[in-house]
Formats: sequence, C-alpha cells, structure tokens
Amino acid sequence: MNDFGLLFNTVFSTGLFNEMLRRATPVAIAAIGGALTQHAGIMNIGMDGMILMGAFFGVLGSSIFGSAWAGLGLAVLVGVLVGLFFGLFVVKFKSDEFIIGTALNTFAVGLTSFLSRSIFGTQGAKGYPSLPNVTIPGFDKVPVLGAILNGHSLFVYLTWLLVLLFYLYIYRTPQGFWLRASGEKPQTLRTAGIAPERMKWTASILCGVLCCIAGAHLSLGYLNGTFAEKMSNSRGYIAFACVIFAASNPAKAYLAALMFGFFDAIGLRLQAYISSDLTSIIPYAITIIMMTYVVVSTRKKREKIHRRADI
Amino acid sequence: MGEIAVQFKHISMEFPGVLANDDITLDIRKGEVFALVGENGAGKSTLMNILYGINTPTNGEVFIRGKKVEHFDPGVAISLGVGMVHQHFMLVPSFTVAQNIVLSREPKKMGVFFDNKGAEKETEKLVKTYGLTVEPSAVVQEISVGLQQRVEILKTLYRGADILILDEPTAVLTPQETDELFAVIRKIVREHGMTVIIITHKLYEVMQISDRVGVMRKGKLVGVENTSDMDERKLASLMVGRPVLYENLDKEDDIGDEQIRVDDLVVGDNRGLVAVDGVSLSVRSGEILGIAAVEGNGQSELLEAITGMRKIESGSVTIRGRQINGMDPGAIRGIGLAHIPEDRISTGVCADASVSDNLLMGKERNPEFNTLGIAQNNAAIRKYASEIYEKFDIRGAGIDVNVGSMSGGNMQKVVVAREFSFDAPVLIISQPTRGVDVGAIEFIHEQIIQQRNEGAAILLSSADLDEVFRLSDRIITLYEGKVTGEFKASEITKEEIGYFMTGKRETEAAHE
Repeated sequence: MNDFGLLFNTVFSTGLFNEMLRRATPVAIAAIGGALTQHAGIMNIGMDGMILMGAFFGVLGSSIFGSAWAGLGLAVLVGVLVGLFFGLFVVKFKSDEFIIGTALNTFAVGLTSFLSRSIFGTQGAKGYPSLPNVTIPGFDKVPVLGAILNGHSLFVYLTWLLVLLFYLYIYRTPQGFWLRASGEKPQTLRTAGIAPERMKWTASILCGVLCCIAGAHLSLGYLNGTFAEKMSNSRGYIAFACVIFAASNPAKAYLAALMFGFFDAIGLRLQAYISSDLTSIIPYAITIIMMTYVVVSTRKKREKIHRRADI
Repeated sequence: MGEIAVQFKHISMEFPGVLANDDITLDIRKGEVFALVGENGAGKSTLMNILYGINTPTNGEVFIRGKKVEHFDPGVAISLGVGMVHQHFMLVPSFTVAQNIVLSREPKKMGVFFDNKGAEKETEKLVKTYGLTVEPSAVVQEISVGLQQRVEILKTLYRGADILILDEPTAVLTPQETDELFAVIRKIVREHGMTVIIITHKLYEVMQISDRVGVMRKGKLVGVENTSDMDERKLASLMVGRPVLYENLDKEDDIGDEQIRVDDLVVGDNRGLVAVDGVSLSVRSGEILGIAAVEGNGQSELLEAITGMRKIESGSVTIRGRQINGMDPGAIRGIGLAHIPEDRISTGVCADASVSDNLLMGKERNPEFNTLGIAQNNAAIRKYASEIYEKFDIRGAGIDVNVGSMSGGNMQKVVVAREFSFDAPVLIISQPTRGVDVGAIEFIHEQIIQQRNEGAAILLSSADLDEVFRLSDRIITLYEGKVTGEFKASEITKEEIGYFMTGKRETEAAHE
C-alpha cells in the first residue's frame, strides 16, 4: 500500500503535466497542419516525413548559420517546398494521396539519414544552437502552475497562438469556409467561382510549413539542437490520429495531443517499474481507443441528424 | 419581340471523339421561360455549361445581353448575371442555408472575418423579396430536397442573376413540390423580369411552364417553337427523330396466383435505423404492383430485403410459397426471381467485364455453357450472348467490349436483357429507365409489359411517377417506411397520389 502510494506520487507529480505539455507540442503543431489538409479533403498520411525533414533542416540551418532562428527559417523554407511537392502530386496530378504520403515518409527517412551521415557523421548532430526557453521571472514561485507551465521551449507557448490563429482562420474567415467547402463539396466551390484547387494548394503548403515547424521545434527546442535518424518517431501518425479524433478542429486536436502527451509521459515514468517495451505501447493503444470513440460518436451523430430530419 | 438575353452563335463543342454541340445558333429572350428538351446525350447540359462558363466552346460565340463572352469561367458568368441550379445540388451539407447562399461573396466584419449575422440578414432580405421561404440558420443537410432547391435558387439570386438555368429541377421533387417550384418560376419571371432556361425530360412540364421550347437531338438544335404551337406527341417525335408510340401498352387481364407475399416486414437502413416499418403486400402473377414514393422512404430497402441483399429484422417475405428469410440472393433467385437493381453501375453490371460476360451472369453454371463444370464453352456463350444482344436491341460496339464503355441506356438494356432472359415468374424491378433516353424507355416498357402478359408477378419501384402510372395495375404509396395507401392505377391521379407520398393516409384524405 505504501509502495503504491509512493508510485502514485512519483508518477502523478507536477513533472508529469510539465512533461505532458512538452511531449504534446510537436504533435499539436503538426496536427494543426493536418487539420488544414483534412478540411481540404486530402488524407495526409505524409506528415511524419514532413516533420522529419523539418527536424533535420532545422538543425542543418542552425549548424551552418550558427543560429537557431536561421535553422527555423530553413525549416520553414523546406516546409514550403515539401508542401509544394505534396500539392504537385496530390492536387495537380491527382495521384493517390495515400501512396504519395507513404512515399514522402520513406523519402524523408532516406534523405535525412543520408544527409545526416554525410554531414554530421554516424553520431548524428548534437549541441547546435537551440531555440530559447521562456522563463517568466517569479512565475516559478506560483505553486503547481509555475512548475507545469514555466520554463518551456518557445514553441510550447507559440502553439497556443497557432491554435487560436488557425481556429479563427478555419471557422471565422471566408477563406476558411472556402477551405472547408473545397474538401466537403469541391464542385460547389467551383460553381461559386472559386477553384477548389486553390484552397487545396494553400492547405498543402501551410501543412508542410507547420509540420516542418513541428520538426524544427522537435530538434531545436525539444531536444536542444540534436538530430537523430528517424527522430520523428511516428509523431506524424499520432498527429493524424489527433486530426481525425478532433474532426479537424485545431482546438480539439490540441486537446487530443495533450492526451497523447499525458499518456506518453505516464509511460515514461512507469518505465522505472515496467518494461519499456510495454509502456511504449501506450500511445498506440490510446490511438485505437480514440478511433473506436470516433466511429461510435459519428454514428450517434448521424442518427441524431436523422432523427431531427424526421421532425 | 422583346430584348435578347442570351445569344448563341454557331456554337460547337467537341469532346474527345464526341461532337456534343454541333453549330448551334439560338436566341433566348429576356423575361421568357425557355425549355430545352432532348434525349440523354443530346447536348443540352453541355450547351448550358457553356453559358455558365464551365465549358469553353470549340467554336462559336456567346453574347449575354449583347455583350460578347470573352472568357469562359463560372466567375465571369456569375458577374454577367447568369445563375445555374445544377441537377445535383451544389450545396455544402454541413453549412447553414445562409452560409451556402453567400459562399464566395461573403459579407465581412473587421475586414477579415466572416459575418454570419450579416449573411443571415442578407438571406432574410432575399426571402422577403422573392417570397421563397427558408430558415437562414438551418443546416442544409437537415432540410428537405425541395427546400435545398430553394436555397440553390436564392443563391443565384444573391449573386445577382437575372438569367437562371435550371437543370432537370423536378427530377427529385414530389408533384406538390413541383407545383410550388413552378409557382416560384412564374413569380420571378413576372414580377422580377428574370429569364429562365429549364432543361427537362418531362414533356408535360414543358407544356405547363414554358413560353418557348428548343429541341436538341444528337448535338444539333432541331427545332425552336412556341410552346403553344406544340403538344407532347410532337415534341417526343422531334426529340427522337421518329414518331413515338407513347400509349397503348397492351395489357392482358389474366391475373393468377399469389407469387410475392410480404407480411409486416421491418428492415433497417445502412445506419441501423428503421427504413421499412411494417410493410405488407402481395403480388400475383400477371400483375404489376408499383411503388410510388419520394426517394429515401424505404422503397430501396424494401426491394433489397425481398431480393436477399438486406437483412430482414422482423416479418416475413414469401416468394412462390417459400419463405425466404435468411436466404442469400443466389438461393432466392433459384426459387424463380429476377431482379433489376436500382443502381446499374454498382449492382446491375460488372463494368469491367465484357457485354457477353454480363449477359451470361447467373447462367454460367448451366451445363450448356461449360464442359463438366470446369472449362467454359466459349462458342455456346458467344452464340447465346449474340442472340440476346439482338433480341433486346442493344446498340453498342458488340458483345466483346466492356460494359463500362457503353452509354447509360444500353448498359440498362444489358441488365434488362439478362434479367428478363431468366423467364423468372417473379420480377423485382427498380428504376428501370433512370437516365435512359426516350427511345430506350419505350422499348424497356414494352419488355416489362410483355413479361407481365406472359404471367410474371412484377414489383416495380421508380422515381418517375409517370412510369409507375403507365406500367402498374395497382399502386402502393410508401412514406417513411410505411404503406400510406393502395390504389388501382386507373382510379387515382398523380396529383391525388402526391398527398399519400407525403405522409397522408387514406383515412385522413377521406376526411378532407
């Protein structure tokens, strides 16, 4: 009993929630991008590759120019290019988005591993200039909240801004309505005089940029200027699950990412007691539970609509 | 007489291998209702899509109110005052009525944000001006098809259209909704000076609503007449290019034993909700029972349950004395049932297989078409397929081409040919002539009546009320999965039956 109490206290500390926020952020930024492509009617399975590219080119920029900001800039530039590449095949050539996304993921692993070994050697990149942490003086004295919220890397906070910004864009601007129409009923938008492809291109490029920012945050903020091969570690797929779970709403996707971060952090803490192979299952088990929830709730929603239509 | 709203000058439109519009010159006058009729593939929609800027013509010029159209683009057409209501509605289901109406021309607040209140106000204003009542804040996927069509019309009016194109607007409407639509058309033409172009298959509607009518056949405009100088028979002949015998289906009165019996049947839909709610019916040999219902009222699920394609929740279906609950479609066919399904492309044919394979389906195990049940007997199959091909007047590039490459009408003939060649005593027929041209409709109707006269018991469902009336001996109406009335076809009119299709029961109607 005493042992359990000790375990409980070690696992459920403020550190857990601090860790949750930390772990949720890269997933959340990518999920905002995924929400955009999902609204545009594109099933974007290539986010993992996009994150990986952002992570590598972020570090590369940081190492070349000696500044994390330059690294972030390079990642954004690569994000535009990756978005254009994705858009070229999916929007322009109308290729199968699943194939293109998978190809992008495989390509990203190959390209970043190759470049990393040629430039940084087999050890990978370590210790290049990283993005700043934000510490508000005095805030760490605030009980609980201070320990959870203070002292994170910059993008942990900027993500809140991004969520708000893209929430407003999607649901409160005319362009957001066009974006959603381009995915739900593209012909409608076309006959209204706006080419749906225009919105699909926009979504692809913004998604590329956001995923690459997520990657740059991962290598330059989360891990302080480090690149390791395959370091995206399926975060792109988790982000995709968040998008589906949130019905492409960036605010809900952020909450979903927090949930992943939470279980991920618990898993990390339990590693002291349980085999890490078992704890690493947790995020994926959560994915399955989430998707089950999505299926059940959409069915209920449809029934509700149907009942209302009856009246 | 009057100003010219739209001028087509020598318009030709060529798609790869098809000349969809062939040198068309046509004037549409301001303030008239112009009907454009023709068989499927005659080029009506192509011509209207040119006017709406979706197609760019290969040759020729279009003038709108005397102004030459330089650039074919829906955005340009909209700014020139052209609005189009498409056959398949162009509405975003999850948006509200107001959000759909203002799409692409949204009112804004603070320069960047969508002004939802403003959109609803604009909608209210349109509703008041044109008398087309809709609820601005209702979500489109939750309102009826008739209301959705109103939203489409309001959308064009919001964009400032004064030339309105309606592409087969009545295909999805009940007779009452059609009347309402026509009242709206008359109102906007009379009070607001709009010009309306209506594309339709239904000739009596042409007579009812239009001032002038243009007939198209095989890409050519073969006649433009004042409607008052025409009648349905003349129009049909012009459309097909030969006289159409549109009446006198020889029905023999020789009704026999009960072949189909449905008792208190309950069936669910794809979402698991009740679609067929306690339906009972009976069909005897030598008669056709028609189902009249607005789409989505359980008729599809009813026929799928009878043919074994959908699970029966409760109640029973008896075909030729055998209860078929729980049997698979193949076993039910074995009792003597043939089925023309409502969607020929997804269930009627295998589009990637040849015509001969499609004609054979269901008979491939017959001893005459194979050797010892292992190798197929190609010579016999080809001979059989060619015979059927001839007999059912299928017109295409022979029995070896893929069915998917055929026109809708001929594809449907393949389905009809295959099913009727079983000589089954029970026929379940759904949408036999949907999207099929007048000539082929005539042929398919004759074949159905012939099957009936030879003693088949036929259960027929069609979205085309005329078809139900023309073929059926008895008619039942379905509303929300329940039978709301049963009539002899000769003793009720289309208008009367419309009430039952929208939920009134016989007893209620009797009180009025």
